[in-house]
Amino acid sequence: MAKNTESNVYTVLFATGMVIVVGTLLAFLASSLKEKIAENKRIEKQQNILYAMGVNENDESSVIFISKDIVGEVFSEYITKQIVIEGSKPVGNSDAFSIDLKKEAQKAKNDAYTRKLPLFIGNKDGKEYYIVPMRGKGLWDAIWGYVALDNQLVVQGVFFDHAGETPGLGSNIKERFFMDDFVGEHILDGDLFKGISVSKGNADPKNLDKNDYEVDAIAGSTITGDGLAAMLKKDLQLYLPYLKTIKK
Amino acid sequence: MGLLSKKDLKLITDPLADNNPITIQVLGICSALAITAELKASIVMSIAVLFVMGLGNLTISLMRNIIPPKIRIIVQLIVVATLVIIVDLVLKAFAYELSKTLSVFVGLIITNCIIMGRFEAFALANGPIRSFIDGIGNALGYALILVIVGFFRELLGSGTLLGFKVLGDPIEKTGVYAFGYENNGFMLLAPMALITVGIIIWVQRSRNEALIEDN
Repeated sequence: MAKNTESNVYTVLFATGMVIVVGTLLAFLASSLKEKIAENKRIEKQQNILYAMGVNENDESSVIFISKDIVGEVFSEYITKQIVIEGSKPVGNSDAFSIDLKKEAQKAKNDAYTRKLPLFIGNKDGKEYYIVPMRGKGLWDAIWGYVALDNQLVVQGVFFDHAGETPGLGSNIKERFFMDDFVGEHILDGDLFKGISVSKGNADPKNLDKNDYEVDAIAGSTITGDGLAAMLKKDLQLYLPYLKTIKK
Repeated sequence: MGLLSKKDLKLITDPLADNNPITIQVLGICSALAITAELKASIVMSIAVLFVMGLGNLTISLMRNIIPPKIRIIVQLIVVATLVIIVDLVLKAFAYELSKTLSVFVGLIITNCIIMGRFEAFALANGPIRSFIDGIGNALGYALILVIVGFFRELLGSGTLLGFKVLGDPIEKTGVYAFGYENNGFMLLAPMALITVGIIIWVQRSRNEALIEDN
């Protein structure tokens, strides 16, 4: 093969050809797998929302979701209503499930825009759960979660997840020992909004005091914990005008 | 060994010991430090690298006679990036939970210098089958160190292995914690990974003095 691989023409042609081949291949793959990936994301979101309201298969110490084969049915069984809130009132019956929190937060930077807030209302054993989705920043990347409140605005369960927190440190926000601490915490002091802080060196490492508006932090992941507390404060506050109307 | 000739077998065994990509060639240190706080992450990363490395070496070797020398690094990068995106997409579609644990690591494979290093040093000059074997061998060598480091960091840092509390419960004070043992949180930070890799290098070189470089 006496090909002159040094020539400029060859180099340009090769580069062009390669880009076309690789581009076509990846575009084809991405579009043919798109539906399957969207389906997986739906399953995950339903599992997470159900997890927050306590519908899961947890054993002693690990997080176990409702199996993905039945999660669709279980979701429609337990989640009785999905509403979208603007300001303090629910508007219409638009699809809360498909609202992208990231895009809404972007749009809300424009002052004229009223942010659409999705809220999931569940019912388990006759008790109502209000599940608030939220999204914030950890140390490296996005963190997000679902917080289930009862009609006293006491936390009944949470689920947190992250895109890229440090393994073994910040990534522990999705572990039971951290998430379980939130159960029973209050977010309001009378009428005053307090949120929940993630504090280190607090006097209550076993988290027996449920009225202190704080949970014990994870050693070595201060920034993830601070980001999580900030997320809770910021996003719960958005829902507060509506949540106060349901408080009994 | 009917399957592999002696020379080919060396391509697998060499990187496991005397020509290990991490401890001898000092390649791929960045990811070895970043992700070894947990054993599980180490194993998963190793498998991902194994796949990209084997197929990448194979692809580059097949293309070695037609790649224009002027843009060969760019071509190599495109090959790695394409493979990584394919892995990412396929995992998201067929093994979603696994892709969630992998998340950042998949992207990190692109920056792994072992891959580019083997493309340059081996695949560009050797046939496809030998290149494939070389890729697998080096990925295994990388995996070995990752698993060793991950094992010690998770054991000493969190007192767990693959998430199981093998040393007892630090809060309930059972197992070794009953005797006053404490987890060393420092093990979870990157500097201790570097020190752990350093200890492996030290052990390896004191066992085989031929590996010690002249100054």
